[in-house]
Amino acid sequence: MSQDGGEARDEVVLDVQHLVKFFPVRRSFSETLRGAKADVVHAVDDISFKVMRGKIMGLAGESGSGKTTVLRAILMLTEPSSGSVYFDGVDVTKARKGEMKKLRPRLQVVFQDPYESVNPRMTVFDIVSEGLFINNLVSSRAEAEEKVIKALRDVQIIPPEEYLYRYPHELSGGQRQRVAIARALVLDPEIILADEPVSMLDVSIRAEVLNVLLAIREKRGISILMVTHDLALSKDVVDDLAILYLGKIVETGPAEQVVGTPYHPYTQALVAAVPVPDPGGPQIKVLASGEIPTNISPPSGCRFHTRCRFAKQICTDVEPPLTAATPGHQVACHFWDLARQTYLSESDAR
Amino acid sequence: MTLGLSTKTGRLGETVLEVDDLTMHYTTSAGEVKAVDGLTFSVRKGEVLGIVGESGCGKSSLALTIMKLLPSNAKIISGRVMVKGVDVVPMSDSEMRRKVRWSQVAMIPQGAMNSLNPIFKIGDQIAEAILAHSPTSRGEAHRKAAELLSLVGIDPSRANNYPHEFSGGMKQRAMIAMSLALDPTLLIADEPTTALDVIVQAGIVKLLLDVRQKLGVAIMLISHDLALVAQMSEDVAIMYAGEFAEYGNSREVYHSPLHPYTIGLLHAFADIRKPKEKLASIPGSPPDLLTPPSGCRFRTRCAYAQDLCASRDPKLEEAFPGHFVACHYWKDIKEGRAPRTRSWGSTR
Repeated sequence: MSQDGGEARDEVVLDVQHLVKFFPVRRSFSETLRGAKADVVHAVDDISFKVMRGKIMGLAGESGSGKTTVLRAILMLTEPSSGSVYFDGVDVTKARKGEMKKLRPRLQVVFQDPYESVNPRMTVFDIVSEGLFINNLVSSRAEAEEKVIKALRDVQIIPPEEYLYRYPHELSGGQRQRVAIARALVLDPEIILADEPVSMLDVSIRAEVLNVLLAIREKRGISILMVTHDLALSKDVVDDLAILYLGKIVETGPAEQVVGTPYHPYTQALVAAVPVPDPGGPQIKVLASGEIPTNISPPSGCRFHTRCRFAKQICTDVEPPLTAATPGHQVACHFWDLARQTYLSESDAR
Repeated sequence: MTLGLSTKTGRLGETVLEVDDLTMHYTTSAGEVKAVDGLTFSVRKGEVLGIVGESGCGKSSLALTIMKLLPSNAKIISGRVMVKGVDVVPMSDSEMRRKVRWSQVAMIPQGAMNSLNPIFKIGDQIAEAILAHSPTSRGEAHRKAAELLSLVGIDPSRANNYPHEFSGGMKQRAMIAMSLALDPTLLIADEPTTALDVIVQAGIVKLLLDVRQKLGVAIMLISHDLALVAQMSEDVAIMYAGEFAEYGNSREVYHSPLHPYTIGLLHAFADIRKPKEKLASIPGSPPDLLTPPSGCRFRTRCAYAQDLCASRDPKLEEAFPGHFVACHYWKDIKEGRAPRTRSWGSTR
């Protein structure tokens, strides 16, 4: 698969470059008559990142940060306004229909809500095997069955033979989501895009789904791009984490580092707001004022300056670029060093 | 069963809510759904009691039972709900409205921010709640509404805004303001922060604790989020399939959990402070309350279940002063002597 012949470990599977997605806002009739300029929602505004082979990359942020739009744009479920998404050397955003059809099995998706994403009228076998037949990856039903059973076993639906002809309503939420993962897995993808795969599930069964994702990564070297809003979970599951705010990446690096010692004041505010399951533990803190502004006309300069406790004039005037602060850890903030030191001294104090 | 009330009332603060052996069933075409089954607990003035459980465990049903806001197919089978010493179970709906709801017990329902009427101004909606329950003038009600808004951190001038002009967090604040309109002694908050982003959630948590401090209102916090409850509650009840698995002082329950379900939940929950760790799940899923398992309802998922668990339902017993658990083998589990009858943990 690798074109540059580089080491498998450092191979880029998905390369997102300057991805932009604007949604036009519908104008009212009178606005149209007056010829008013249409507003645009800056859902994703110039985002670049890479997903390496066998790695789990996380996209985190509040609602409205654009994390799900990034995922949809990569899959071409919504056409990006500009930018490129390279998958196996092909720019997905410019791929022709036939080309795309060949790529799709290798670029799979798991959606958020397993109660919505599997067809209630299809059996587990039909759900999981559908992609095999559509993409002509099997020549007989027996062959399909063999592959489906293998995929079900990989997602811990055991014994798989017993589940083949069951319907989704006979499965628990966790099992449904694992069937949805099997549906992706059966096509032998190189990357799975997962949109909040456990947020609809109860706490006691989240781990079973996450551990299945971790296991297939381990066993098959599949990369995963996971959208999440749960920072505590992402620290345990994800290798690299990007924090999004109003359509921009504000911080990215190894998940444990980003969550453990956040540099960006926004990431700090997110982490400090997460409660810990310990009544004697540190209290949550509110380190950012207000709520995420609309991304129809995002704030000038640094988009976070309206809520930031470190903001100075420069933050209103100049947009800080995403730059390497420490090896492997990038941040887009004029005052990240001050922010980091402040955060660390406050953490010591608590 | 008047379990534990003696030990609990021994502590500071008068008891504002005392629930004794409360059982509520829903009648459906498929049979009886045993949503709330023999619950006993109490809440003191100014205290926060957390009720933690997964979806379908009956925690919202419990709230609706206390408020007596149940649908017509629900029936309170037994038990008492004493609000400041008066049992509300026999009360008629109009009595509930006049004497209890809003003025004694107020509720922030789940998805409260969507309960605001989109075509009325925020201030009018709060004033309306006041006017409907107390004999005050319109002007007085609006003055009180403005006061409440500023208490919850909203500029009183925003009283003239419509709900769509408020963000999600502000709507939730307005709902909290409304719930406090008649100075209740107990506030039931059902998942008050779901659907809110984490920074906004932190603000709401601070607000609720602040309101408790200032007004001395007791809070019954219902949530699936173990961490959120840990932040807010003095006492916590871990609910499973309509029953309490464990109940007691938060620190004790979180630091030395006794019930296998509590232990499992704590292992399944990610802690942001800790370095990368492997999360463990509890196999299976919660039972259908139409046909719950015999004996202990958790036994079908429990790592320590034995024959006794299928034949006898463990009663909630006081394991340590003020710390209750419903498990036949809690002592053996705590001391590491209980045999594992099912493998638990990671699917890796």
